[in-house]
Amino acid sequence: MESIGVLLTSPMNPYLEQELGKRFKLFRFWDFPSADDFFREHSKSIRAVVGSSFIGADAQMIEALPKMEIVSSFSVGLDKIDLVRCKEKGIRVTNTPDVLTEDVADLALALILATLRRICESDRYVRSGAWKRGDFKLTTKFTGKSVGIIGLGRIGSAIAKRAEGFSCPISYHSRTEKPGTNYKYYPSVVELASNCQILVVACALTPETRHIINREVINALGPKGVVINIGRGLHVDEPELVSALVEGRLGGAGLDVFENEPNVPEELLALDNVVLLPHVGSGTVETRKDMADLVLGNLEAHFLNKPLLTPVV
Amino acid sequence: MADQLPQVLVLRPPPVFTLLETQFSQKFHFLRAWESPLPTADFLATHAASVKAVLCSGDTPITGDILRHLPSLQLIVTTSAGLNHINLPECRRRSISIASAGEIFSDDCADLAVGLLMDVLRKISAADRFIRAGLWPIRGEYRLGSKLGGKRVGIVGLGSIGLEVAKRLEAFGCIISYNSRRKKANISYPFYSNVCELAANSNALIICCALTDETCHMINKEVMKALGKEGVIINIGRGSIIDEKELVQCLVQGEIGGAGLDVFENEPDVPRELFTLDNVVLSPHVAVYTPESFSDLYDLMVGNLEAFFSNKPLLSPVLDE
Repeated sequence: MESIGVLLTSPMNPYLEQELGKRFKLFRFWDFPSADDFFREHSKSIRAVVGSSFIGADAQMIEALPKMEIVSSFSVGLDKIDLVRCKEKGIRVTNTPDVLTEDVADLALALILATLRRICESDRYVRSGAWKRGDFKLTTKFTGKSVGIIGLGRIGSAIAKRAEGFSCPISYHSRTEKPGTNYKYYPSVVELASNCQILVVACALTPETRHIINREVINALGPKGVVINIGRGLHVDEPELVSALVEGRLGGAGLDVFENEPNVPEELLALDNVVLLPHVGSGTVETRKDMADLVLGNLEAHFLNKPLLTPVV
Repeated sequence: MADQLPQVLVLRPPPVFTLLETQFSQKFHFLRAWESPLPTADFLATHAASVKAVLCSGDTPITGDILRHLPSLQLIVTTSAGLNHINLPECRRRSISIASAGEIFSDDCADLAVGLLMDVLRKISAADRFIRAGLWPIRGEYRLGSKLGGKRVGIVGLGSIGLEVAKRLEAFGCIISYNSRRKKANISYPFYSNVCELAANSNALIICCALTDETCHMINKEVMKALGKEGVIINIGRGSIIDEKELVQCLVQGEIGGAGLDVFENEPDVPRELFTLDNVVLSPHVAVYTPESFSDLYDLMVGNLEAFFSNKPLLSPVLDE
């Protein structure tokens, strides 16, 4: 397989990069001054693209790589891949479900605790020497608070299970009601937001879920409410979120994703009632290796004409 | 009519007292020792001879000397769950009852313990600092953390708080074992009679026990070496359960993987070396600092005092074990 050209879209994982280099003819997208330069030189050599939540395979890339047979994404999210176009052209698509479910769900809970109990802020309080001048303030209890989850798929269900360990009543919204759960279903996000204190975004990003957290939802959540986003930045109307936080119309936010990563709205950097993370949802040594192995396994299966491990298309 | 209200001595005001002083003062007449220019001993000798009840916090020592100045004392109400600040043998000798915060804090303490563990493993505070320092566009992807699921967590002290911690971490797929003075009946988690053995078989230790003569500096160099270079220590008990100097050295030299600390040997002083470390999360003894805990605490303290003054059973007496 060493002659098969594989394009790696960004430096997403050293182990993955190393293994791809051993098994295939690896092209690093960021080694080239521009996308056009790369396509001009190598478009006919690429039979597989390994994409990430940062750079996937959009229409331009698909059109520019006529020999592409498979996109293997180092993510579970598919929002950066033009799935319609891939289907049309018979291009296979794989992602990395299940292996990252626990880490992302863990991070949602870590964000809830850090946001409600002001863990990062109190760490700053100690490091600045302020504790010597007086006690920290009262924060907000987590146990027993109502948690509303948007999207009760693998990750949403894992979040619900963890929150139940804290005796939180769970409610959710998704495209359809899920049988077999004890959680309360709300047919709209606004209704969900009106009936919970902590609202967690755990659904896929599609044209329908873009800006699913908007002004109406934020107002329904209210000044004691908290938004937790471990989905995609575009799930949230970011300027609306920022102004609600700055004006105190929303109680707080724990955010792992942003509309225009790695840029974070400056107003958020000045706020104490937010916790900001640089898209680390699946960011553990253990899980990134499992994700890499899944990418490698899918590519190998494809080129050996075996069934794909985790096909989407 | 403050004089007709039952009299309660306060040496130094607990945080809940300061916060809810108006409400408290409607029910009891407080002798405010800290407001007097007299040294404590003189104040007590002059004013406290007939005092039957004391309200104190966990960092106000009720020493043998203080007890000797309170000949009429029958009840100590402490706003803490911990009792390490009270001369217990002297209280036993004089049959002085003690009421504590009991189990009302267990949820909040357990929540913070889990929050601190997650922060250390997933580098939450460090990554938040990274973003606030403007480093994400410059340095690119952040360092990888460590997965919580599947980690072996050793709980030191499986009382009310320890059990709540265990229950929460089980939902994350952690494997729980514990060390306690005695093995607990009806608990299926593996028991280690020796904290060093617990450490050797754990990826993380969570300190949830009381501070006593036996547990002082129980987490020492030996235990930390047994825990190992990837190991994490979370302390929501009392600072002195850990040999703090050793802990700092182990962290600085990379002998253990990280720590989340809500308590310290000499609060509010925190060893400066810790400020330079990214694998340490520091918290200013706030495990119970939520409005719910404070409100519950107020109800409990008032309830205990009212019960005492009307000769009814205390709500949360500390019983000899």
